[in-house]
Amino acid sequence: MAVHKRPLSPHLQIYKMPLTAGVMSITHRITGVALAVGTLVLTYWLLSIGLGEEAYKSAQSLLGSFIGLVLLFGWTLALFYHLFNGIRHLFWDAGKGFDIKAARSSGMMVLAAAGIVTVLVWIVALAMKGGA
Amino acid sequence: MRSDQDELRAPLARVRGLGSAREGTEHYIAQRLTAVALIPLMIWFVFSLVTVAGADYATVKAWLQQPVNAVLLIALLMAVFHHAHLGMRVVIEDYVDNEFYKVTLVTFTKFLSYIFGIATVLAVVRIFVQGG
Repeated sequence: MAVHKRPLSPHLQIYKMPLTAGVMSITHRITGVALAVGTLVLTYWLLSIGLGEEAYKSAQSLLGSFIGLVLLFGWTLALFYHLFNGIRHLFWDAGKGFDIKAARSSGMMVLAAAGIVTVLVWIVALAMKGGA
Repeated sequence: MRSDQDELRAPLARVRGLGSAREGTEHYIAQRLTAVALIPLMIWFVFSLVTVAGADYATVKAWLQQPVNAVLLIALLMAVFHHAHLGMRVVIEDYVDNEFYKVTLVTFTKFLSYIFGIATVLAVVRIFVQGG
């Protein structure tokens, strides 16, 4: 690229990134990429069902292992973060909620909702698994 | 005449080949349409997963053989893989500078998401047609 003498804005590292702006923005991307990678697990699980009982059993024991459960918990958290923050983005696309106060409170709502829903889903899932 | 460095708009020679791909609006709309579709679909899917978590093969199979579940799952898979490759494309285009790697990675993720989409839908169909 040609060298320009245009003014540069201060570099990213100069700013103190507010949690509900910069940090949440890049987290949306990171969770998006993580969820895209997570579709490999979804694919594996569905193909194991399609292949038959033996394949399904080994997939279940892999996903039900400690590492499997940790990954699935991370997947749930990433999913609900991306889902709720995605709704926030859709409101922005409609031109709503742009002022700093609204953006900050919607950001806090997204963080709270993602955390609470993830924990609730896992409490119910583990309770049902234990009861079944 | 203003010098090249003060120019806000690049000369034609510089943008030739790097300009509009004529798909920007389509990409934008598809990303948001699939996002809107995925909100209810993902909420349904997580609640379904909670009910079949740790279940045996017969239970999961019976769940997939319900027409409503098969339809919603295929809809979810189509939306997920489309949404994922659209999102991955934006991330790759933002961070990968080298034109060859960029095009290769975008093409690779697109092909991969189509292959996984087809494979998972086929798995769902295979289980579905086994039902009575």
